[in-house]
Amino acid sequence: MRTILVDPVTRIEGHLKIELRVEDGKVHEAYSSGGLYRGIEEILSGRHPLDAQRITTRVCGVCPLAHSLASAYCLENAFGIGGEIPEAGQLLRNLIHGANFLHNHLLHFYHLSLLDYLDLSRLSGPLADLAGLLSSDGGEDTRFSQEETERLLDHYIQALEMRRKAHELEALFAGKMPHDMAIVPGGVTYKPGLAEVAAYRFRLRELRDFLKSVYWPDVLLFLERYRDHFQLGRTRNLLSYGGFPLGSSSAVLENRLFPAGVVEDGGYRPLVLEEITESVAGSWYSGTGGRPLESTLRPWPQAQGGYSWLKAPRYQGKAYEVGPAARVRMVLAKGEQRLQTWIRGMLRDLNISEEELSSVAGRHLARGIETLYLAQKLEEWLDSLDLSGLVARPFVIPDQAQGMGLTEAARGAVGHWIRIERKKIAHYQIISPTTWNASPRDEKGVPGPIEQALVGTPVPGEGRLFAGRVVRSFDPCLACAVH
Amino acid sequence: MPQGGRLPVVWFQAAGCTGCSMSLMNAQYPHLTHLLLDEVVPGKPIALAFHATLMGPTGEPALRVVNRLGQANQPYVLVVEGAIPTASGGSFGVMADHTLAERTEALAGSAFAVLAVGTCAAYGGIPSGSPNPTGARGVGSVLREGGVSAPVVNVPGCPPHPRWFVETLAFVLTRGLPTAEDLDSAGRLKGVFRGLIHENCPRRADFEAGRFARNFGEEGCLYELGCKGPYAEAPCPWHRWNGGVNWCIQANHPCLACCEPDFPDRVSPIFQKIEAERAKDTLRSELCARSS
Repeated sequence: MRTILVDPVTRIEGHLKIELRVEDGKVHEAYSSGGLYRGIEEILSGRHPLDAQRITTRVCGVCPLAHSLASAYCLENAFGIGGEIPEAGQLLRNLIHGANFLHNHLLHFYHLSLLDYLDLSRLSGPLADLAGLLSSDGGEDTRFSQEETERLLDHYIQALEMRRKAHELEALFAGKMPHDMAIVPGGVTYKPGLAEVAAYRFRLRELRDFLKSVYWPDVLLFLERYRDHFQLGRTRNLLSYGGFPLGSSSAVLENRLFPAGVVEDGGYRPLVLEEITESVAGSWYSGTGGRPLESTLRPWPQAQGGYSWLKAPRYQGKAYEVGPAARVRMVLAKGEQRLQTWIRGMLRDLNISEEELSSVAGRHLARGIETLYLAQKLEEWLDSLDLSGLVARPFVIPDQAQGMGLTEAARGAVGHWIRIERKKIAHYQIISPTTWNASPRDEKGVPGPIEQALVGTPVPGEGRLFAGRVVRSFDPCLACAVH
Repeated sequence: MPQGGRLPVVWFQAAGCTGCSMSLMNAQYPHLTHLLLDEVVPGKPIALAFHATLMGPTGEPALRVVNRLGQANQPYVLVVEGAIPTASGGSFGVMADHTLAERTEALAGSAFAVLAVGTCAAYGGIPSGSPNPTGARGVGSVLREGGVSAPVVNVPGCPPHPRWFVETLAFVLTRGLPTAEDLDSAGRLKGVFRGLIHENCPRRADFEAGRFARNFGEEGCLYELGCKGPYAEAPCPWHRWNGGVNWCIQANHPCLACCEPDFPDRVSPIFQKIEAERAKDTLRSELCARSS
């Protein structure tokens, strides 16, 4: 059996190594390994509970919002106020978080993924200067003409500016980006003025124009050329915590724009939160995993059988993919009627099944769907924003408490868990989207979702191209995954 | 990979979160494509040669870029983002069979200048928070201990404002390596990190008049909510963030002093009022240190 190493995997967040065992020209087994541990959970231990807010935001510079929100929801749950967040505060959080989704999905499509599909060796003019930095293995299987390639690279540059504008949308209400500031337990610190609301609206419209007239046609062109990639990188089990609360509760999973749940073997089932555990059989830790608030893990680089700093989150003992494909499947099972009808129409036009959403092409399609939908939803939320009342509510920090905060990052389900003792953090646990997706094997030898999705991937040439496309379709974020 | 006549820039990520990269990508005039393609400083074109989040090559071909640069005997600027894990032989951070410490030392050894970008790379930052499980440290301290003589300039911030990076890079390109005179006691360019937040805060009048916010969402000076502006030296009140649309204090959030050494331990608990005497003493001693 031949072994192919892809180390470092670039155009993702963080330090990831992929090892492929190859037989008959295809991946037979894959191993995913995260190379960096920082210890943010350990660093939180003993600190003031509110410190979790600004410190966990810094788990990730790409999706800080997801941690900021999960941490706020978690503390609100522990403080017993999660059911009563002022509506304006909740909406402002959604407006910040939604803009971060637009930022992440644009970044993922143009800057992280697209180069895997382009041949930049024949560029001329000023664009040729970019080829040195940006040329990838994509030339081995490009299906875009020279003219299309130049147009897509031009969109790559435009999208750099668009993602900057998305950050400005977030900063208008959150103070700054990356590492938003305004989200705190109880709501937000900042009530924007009418000028800020208008500034948000007009930037959002610029972004929507780009999304509709440039991004979406590019996604459709990609899907047309790479139709066979609906069969590449498939998985079967999907999980989502749901995101964007619609009422005043940050704790309830039911009333959210994107519904919570699991889908497996074609069927939707509600999420049973007690069934989420972490295994460390394939990870560099000592101690026991189990449920987030019961784990006693310490990093241990010499751990027997370990090959990654990621733990292996499991639901009912099985590995689940999280992210846009999961969210769209939950919408199709439990979401808004209007949205369901729109998505079903789109799947019909493309002649693909719901199951095919969890594939390389399907994940790009799912991101496109929610990007367009969210851009529209953000303007509706902006219209309904009533800034006459409070944007935050007071709270009391209890001596002892436990809390849990669940939301969705652009790349999938993110959860924070806290135990407070003597008004201090006694235990803090984070399970991030890429912890699910890029997890190593568990104690039963079950591979993680990316490891599973890679099996069967063709490895022509030096073998990196298709594997890279599979891995990047999950939009991995390793700083989140290990933290 | 480096194009003819362009000074290569190697952006190496250690124990970080890519937030500094995301912030650099928010640069405006020059924006990222100017930084990639144009001469930010006339006659001194640069070329980004390695950046794991942006570059096309992956795996071995990506690694070849940095390995070749180290051997080519050609000047380049090294930018490090993220802290360097040193505990347990550096095993908390590994890229392609070498620890992040080993790779940083190797890359720094032949660099013309090293920019430690972000508070993690400058001083250790978030991962060095107590109990510092991975022995995370700033680049300058790791290089000094490893006997690598490389000129390090710190550009702290969590993340740094893109303008601070552009100003520091432009300084190095036009005037060469900064002298001891150009740097403050925290290894940053004095010309960039000038003035305390508290002294230049638009809410200073609220502080003097005793108009304090006491709960989240309230207007007024944020001192009572734990603002660390009295010992944070950064130009945020002038530059503001993300195209100038906002910044922490305008958003009613206390300053975290995220660009100072010992962040986050010194500012923790984040929302606890700093003691007046402590603030004043710190202020006085640091101003003395920095003006000397």
